[in-house]
This record gives sequence, structure tokens and C-alpha cells, in this order.
Amino acid sequence: MASIQLDKIGKSFGAIDTIREIDLAIGDGEFVCLLGPSGCGKTTTLRMIAGLEQPTRGSIRIGGRDVTHAQPKDRNVGMVFQDYALYPHMTIADNIAYPLKVRGVAESQRREKTREIADVLHIGELLDRLPAQISGGQQQRTSLARALVHPADAFLFDEPLSNLDARMRVEARAFLYHLQRSRGMTAVYVTHDQAEAMALSTRIAVMCAGDIVQYAPPLEIYRRPATTFVAGFVGDPPMNLIAAQATRSDRGIALRGAGLGMSPLASWPALDRALDHGDRVTVGVRPEHLRIAAGDDASNEMRGKLYANEAMGPESLVTLCLDDGVRVTARLFGDAPVRVDGEVAFSFDAAQITLFDARGMRIAGPGETPST
Amino acid sequence: MSSLRGANVSSRTGAAFMTPAALLIGLFVVFPFFWIIAVSFSNRSLLGANALHPQFVGLKNYLDLFDPATFWSQGGFGPSLWLTIQFVVLSALCGQVLLGLVLAWISRELSPRAKSLLQGIVMLAWILPDVVVGFAWFAYLDRDAGTLNQLLHGLHIPAADFLIEHPFLTICVFNAWRGAAFSMMLFDAALQSIPPSYLETADVVGASSWQKLRDIVLPLIRGHIVTDLILITMWTFNVFTPFLLTAGGPSFETDILPIYTYRIAFKSFEFGKGAAIGVIVMLINLAFSLVYLRLAQRGLRAGRKT
Repeated sequence: MASIQLDKIGKSFGAIDTIREIDLAIGDGEFVCLLGPSGCGKTTTLRMIAGLEQPTRGSIRIGGRDVTHAQPKDRNVGMVFQDYALYPHMTIADNIAYPLKVRGVAESQRREKTREIADVLHIGELLDRLPAQISGGQQQRTSLARALVHPADAFLFDEPLSNLDARMRVEARAFLYHLQRSRGMTAVYVTHDQAEAMALSTRIAVMCAGDIVQYAPPLEIYRRPATTFVAGFVGDPPMNLIAAQATRSDRGIALRGAGLGMSPLASWPALDRALDHGDRVTVGVRPEHLRIAAGDDASNEMRGKLYANEAMGPESLVTLCLDDGVRVTARLFGDAPVRVDGEVAFSFDAAQITLFDARGMRIAGPGETPST
Repeated sequence: MSSLRGANVSSRTGAAFMTPAALLIGLFVVFPFFWIIAVSFSNRSLLGANALHPQFVGLKNYLDLFDPATFWSQGGFGPSLWLTIQFVVLSALCGQVLLGLVLAWISRELSPRAKSLLQGIVMLAWILPDVVVGFAWFAYLDRDAGTLNQLLHGLHIPAADFLIEHPFLTICVFNAWRGAAFSMMLFDAALQSIPPSYLETADVVGASSWQKLRDIVLPLIRGHIVTDLILITMWTFNVFTPFLLTAGGPSFETDILPIYTYRIAFKSFEFGKGAAIGVIVMLINLAFSLVYLRLAQRGLRAGRKT
């Protein structure tokens, strides 16, 4: 296993910059997810690490070795594709053994190693079958086995679970987590599914329009999203974002928006600095930090017409529609006693909100030393 | 009721639209097909009494063709059949199919512009009219002023009159050049049907170009290869264009079956015998078609299994 460094990597197709400039350091044994919507450049980044795509600028090192212009085969990586890329005319055993065959490993040794890795991945019984004769989850594991059969410096995954149905995906995800952690593999994993990224990663690189917006451990990203984009992308349902107007008074800073009322905040330096640039801010609240307001005592609240009340079993997702049409969702424990026709108010704790400035950048909290 | 009448009208209209084409096909394809079979059992000729009153002669024409005394004589049926088989193997199987595959495989790695340029040039050889191609090759191969001899002269290789010194080799090369485009286009389409991730996986694990071709590409395009082999074989079996270059000569060295048939029917005026050769060629092609269908069905079954 080895570390991976991307240094000022850029990729242009003609005049269009697909990747602007990316710096990414992946430690030995880390599991890093490249997370973002389609077209953000995450797959292109992965393909550049694999050597299937040449960067226009910058350099790539794997295990300290500069591989920027090396052929894919000289990078010693294993790769799993979204469509698994199993060869339909070869048996499962032949598929798994193919990397060894190409490298000229002797037949008996090939069979032994194939058997070994197939047992690890619970596909030992399927070795004589053809890919079309096994299930999607088994195909996925076959593809994984083929990537693992030869010891590689790093493993690259291009949305490997997105062709599976929801139940299989959760199962395969846990399996992948266990496999990676127990083997100490260095893994780079491309996905647009934030739940996968949260569950699997040691660090997540959130990408948007060819840039890395934030690179941090999952919970850091969840708790302190760097921008409104990250806040709105990570979490299911994502963070509620409400536009607000900030006004200073003797009692502190009051935030007001359509349907949003908050008691004045005692200001702190980072907020002061942000408000120097204008009075528009975005208030972010996670759904689990909202509750139904009890009586009139709530000082921080959002009020609007009920839009939906979805009972999921252990929790309910209650959505209301603010005056300006923005929807706010609360995740409530158990079932929520609200009816469709009524007006509803959510209350929340001012300490649990995240504030973003007029450019959508997060404003560091009162106790924090601003990092960037 | 009205919809029913509408259906009747439209099917009648459809039949009306079909009639001209059906008439032409009937006149120039279906009728000659049966006519030639009938003629092959007669002594019909272009001149003489038999032209006016052809007689039924049974299997005489066929027996004459396979008569052991004349079968292997110069300019006979045997040498022509054997020559045609060599011609098919060399110019169609080794020439067009292999060349087409190599061209398709190479063009995969080219930039889109270079690829369309290459394909355009190769296609040109395929779509030019026979007469134009004939003249172009005469100019190309000319003993004194031909392009090829000029090029060879530059390489200090003595000039040659290819149509006289190497006639068979020349028509083989000619036919390979003329028909490679079809195989190239077919294999190009076949290669594009292979998901890119298949070959990228092979790239990552370190397979060479040859390994990719042997282990992944060829097994996956097997059906296309079978189709191509059979079609190319049949077309080459029936091709008459080499006549423009050599007219079957010198001394029957390029006397492939279509030219032999033409010679018997329109030079010796033996329509009956010519028709018999035509029927035999048709039977050979029919056999190829059956083999093709068998292989295609087997490929289909194998494809369904995977």
C-alpha cells in the first residue's frame, strides 16, 4: 500500500477546464471518497490517478514515485468500474485470474490465489460460472476480487455500488468498509452518494465544478460544511438553508428571514468580519436540530404551512413551506402529531446553527479559531 | 367499420407501392434464377440451330464439366475451381478480413480526424465504379510510366510488368484493396460495441495490445467475424472485376470461376454449359450460407448462455 499525492492537477478539454487545479494528499491506508454531483470532475480525477486520462497540468505521485506520465500498467493500481467490466466469455475464475495471467503467473499459482481471494469475498462456489449466471452483488464482488488478486499500491473505485439495488448496496458498503479497514488498503472511491461517502471514508473530498470545495473527515464535513454547496449536498435530508437579513442593534445581531425569527446573537469576531461585507447571510440548520415549537416560548423559530409529513418508522420527516417558498425539513423522533392543513412552527437552538456569508462561505463559530 | 376499411385501403395502397419493385425483382432476379436452372439442362447456345430450338439434354452439361478426361485440362473447370479457392483464401480471408481487422484496430487509437481520414481513403477503394478502378490500376501498374514502378525505381528495384509476370498475385492484392473497407467498417462497429471499461480494465492490469485483442476483443466479436468471413467469401467467389485487369489471362492464370463462366457462355456461346457452371457456383454459395447460418446460430446460443 502507498500514499497518493496530486499536486496542482488540472485537465482541460480544448478550452474547457474540467479540472481547474486540485491538490490532494491521500495517506497510506486511507479511504478517500471523491464526492460530488455528476460533471464535477470526480471521475476524471480518478481516471487521471489510474493513468487512463492524462492531466494537462500538475503531477501525480503514488508511493512517492512520480507517475504523471506513466502507463496505467506501470502504476500498480487495482481498479473497479461501475459496470464491473467482467468479461462475459470468461468464467468467474478466469476473470479473477486475468491480471495474473497477463503478468505471466504460473497456472497452478494462479488457481491458488484465485481460490484464496474468492473465499475472502464469498464467491468461492461460483468460480465455474459465467458472469451472466450470477447476481449483481456477486458480479460486484468478482470485480473486486479481480482488483484484489494482485497486490497493488492503491485501489481505485468508480461508483462500484451504484448498479446494485438499495438493499444490496448497504450490504456491499459494509463489506467494503470491513475489507478496506482490515487490509489497510489505500483506496480512492468516486461516488455521488453522500451516504456512501459518509459511511466509508476516512476523509471526503467534496468536489464542485472541477474544484475540491472541502477535504476533511466525514463528521467534520457534516458538522462544519465549508460552503452552502457542501451543506446542501451532504446529509439526507441535507442541511436546511434559509436566506436571512442581519441587522445590528444594542442587543446584538438579529437575523430575520421569511418565516424565520431569532433572538439577537451576541456577535463574535468572525461574524463581525463577515457582516462587514454585507448584511446577507444564510442560516443553516440540520433537520435533526429542529423540533416542533411548543407554545409561544420559542425564541428561535421557523413558521410556515405544512408541506409533507412522512412517517419513516423510527423517525418522521416533517417539511414546511416558508413564506418565500423555501422548504424546511425536520427529522423528528417517532411520529409527529401534525396535520396537513395547519401552520407549523419549528424551534431550534441558536448554538446548533451554521452561518454562511454572502458568498456562501461558512462563518467560523464563536469558540472557533478560523482555519482558512 | 371505417377503421377496417381504412386498413384495407392502406394495405392496397401498400401493395400498389410495392408493385414496381416486385416487378423488377421478379423480372431480373427471380425469373433468371429459375431460367438459368432450366437452361443448364439444355443445349441452348447463342448461334446455330440450338439457339432456335434448344433441346433437353439432362445432366449432360454437368457430366461434361466433371468429365475426368477434361476436368484438369488447361482452361478447364478444375483449374478454374482450384484457382478460385486460392483466390478466396488469399484475397478474401487473408486479405480483406485480416486487413479490415487490422485497420479497424489501428483506427481505434487514432484521433477522430485521422480516423475519418483513414476510413475515407479506405472507403474510396470500395465505392469507386469498376471502370474507374480498372483504369486507375492500369495507370498504377503500367510497365513504363506506372506509379508503382516509379516507386520501385526509387528503391532501386527493377521494374516489372505485374499484369503479365505476377497476374494472380496482382488480382489478389487488387481484390484485398478493393474490399477491405467493408470488413473495416463492420469490425469498427463491432469494436465500438465493446464497453470501454473492458479494455481499460485490461490496460490497468497491464495487458498488451495483442493480449487485449486475443483475450477480450476477438472472443467478443466472434459473431461479427463469422458474418464477415461468410459474406466476404461469397462476394469474392462471385467477383468479376479482375476481368478488367487481366481478362482471365495470361494463359488462364487468373481464370477464376466468374470469368470462366463468362468465357463459356459468351465467348464459346455455350449457354447451357455456362448455366450449369452458374448453378454449381450457386450451390457452393448455398453451402457457404448454410455453414454461415449454423455458425451464427451457434454463436447466438453461446451469446445467450453468456
